[in-house]
Amino acid sequence: MNPDKVIEKKDRERKPDEPVKKKRKSNSYSLSIGPIHPALKEPIRFDLQIEGEKVVKVDFELSQVHRGIEWIGTRRNPVQILYLAERICGICNICHSTCFCIAVENIANIEVPARAHYLRTIHAELERIHSHILWAGVAAHELGFDSVMHYTWKIREKVLDVMEALTGNRITKGIMMIGGVRRDINEKQVPMVKEALEYYKKGFGKLESIFLKDPVIKSRTVGTGILSRHDGLALCAVGPTARASGIKKDVRQDEPYAAYSDLDVKAITPKDFLGEVKGDVFDRIVVRLLEVKQSIEIIEECLKQMPKGKILHEEKIPKLLAELRNIEGDGIGRLEAPRGEVIHYVKMVGKEAPYSWKVRAPTYNNLLPWGPMLMGEQVADVPIIAASTDPCMSCTNRAVVADGNSEKILDNEAMRRLSVEKTNALKRRLGR
Amino acid sequence: MSLKDLNRSLWVFHVNSGSCNGCDIEIVASLTPRYDIERFGMKLVGTPRHADVLLVTGPVTRDMEKKLKRVFEQTPDPKVVMVIGNCGSTGGVFYESYNLAGPVDQVIPVDVYVTGCPPRPEAIIEGVVKAWTKIEKQGEKK
Repeated sequence: MNPDKVIEKKDRERKPDEPVKKKRKSNSYSLSIGPIHPALKEPIRFDLQIEGEKVVKVDFELSQVHRGIEWIGTRRNPVQILYLAERICGICNICHSTCFCIAVENIANIEVPARAHYLRTIHAELERIHSHILWAGVAAHELGFDSVMHYTWKIREKVLDVMEALTGNRITKGIMMIGGVRRDINEKQVPMVKEALEYYKKGFGKLESIFLKDPVIKSRTVGTGILSRHDGLALCAVGPTARASGIKKDVRQDEPYAAYSDLDVKAITPKDFLGEVKGDVFDRIVVRLLEVKQSIEIIEECLKQMPKGKILHEEKIPKLLAELRNIEGDGIGRLEAPRGEVIHYVKMVGKEAPYSWKVRAPTYNNLLPWGPMLMGEQVADVPIIAASTDPCMSCTNRAVVADGNSEKILDNEAMRRLSVEKTNALKRRLGR
Repeated sequence: MSLKDLNRSLWVFHVNSGSCNGCDIEIVASLTPRYDIERFGMKLVGTPRHADVLLVTGPVTRDMEKKLKRVFEQTPDPKVVMVIGNCGSTGGVFYESYNLAGPVDQVIPVDVYVTGCPPRPEAIIEGVVKAWTKIEKQGEKK
């Protein structure tokens, strides 16, 4: 496999010292979309080169949501950072705070109680249900099915009710703490969670018939925005985007954290449902819907297996902070967020605040696959293809990533070297 | 309160000036069936030129400062600017960041602040009611 293949066709054919040919200006137009645009929920600017209705070149510019969170983090103590980490992204806030907890627990060798592991798993899976259903609504909106969007957001409110009852908040929950979680699930709350899961099992049938059987949605999504398995591997796609291209990659399966080692979690690919993998938008819808089902099963299993006991390593926060003030070393937290793998790197040097904190959110990996996905597609399909990776700009824009030059983004040597390394590693692991 | 000067529904334009998505999904939640302010004819519109109310979320990053000003100028009078969320009102958890031009009231004039991180849909709806009253008062002065 040669990662060169994913680089723009024009560049591939060009010899190293041959000058770049100027584009024929007569039939190629540039179309700028964003950063404030009704089809985009978050600020990002697309620069598309179009010939008629066909997209021939893709460029995008980030940095509109850069708030310098990592820098702010180096001025606060780890418990304060938990609440900052939640505000990296309002949709996937549990995963960022949990990931930071795991990284700090790694440095300090804190043992998390078994019950807390299960509670973390339950919260993470509730968040996955919420995020995937929210995405289904956004996807329906991009396709022009506003009634479907309203239906999905209506059934999404149920999981928000559960989260509010369990944590006290609808969106940013503030439930994670270094060494465990802050609130337990009591006996009275269990029936309510189970009832919500039953509600989703019933509602799932309708969602399935809307998204997987409706001929219009099918014709808009089947064969649109294809990401091949090869491109997915070479560009390091993660999460449902990678799984929809047939790459069996899931941190919950590969390197279980929290309670996932006790549970049977398998990466879901469209092969399980459709029998074949195309890597198109439809496959991404299938994977996300199947994952909602999987999350329901995981939560049920957790409620059954959950042991009794402590939920926190240290209840007194000043004592915990005193313990964290003395630790030195670096730690990494990895986990599977609704959109893919999140990595937090923390370095502590025996001071109150960390010396360094680095977050790599899944959307960062899933931006580059936009290149091969959008190339050659119609302009009308751009919103649904862009939305199909479930991009989250506020997660990604902690550091300035792109410099607004598509050639650099797609042809970045360092990026490519990393891709080659990762591809080789994956090839070795997959035995190919 | 009687509706004299604005005898039609408010149309809303949403600007994300660097928010974490929390407030944005609560704004959409208040439009969708559980809270459903669309029953009053309020809806999100695709361009500021059609809007009566600007909903601004986020602490205004430097990148978005000029764009936010431009959207404000494009909105026809009478208009109301609503800030949704703590970080737009005061800076919130991001107050010390090096990349902020905000909070929002440092960039454009603000009429209604809805605090909370993120505010509940009920709070957003109450904010819209306040905004409506404010537009009425603007009309009375003229």
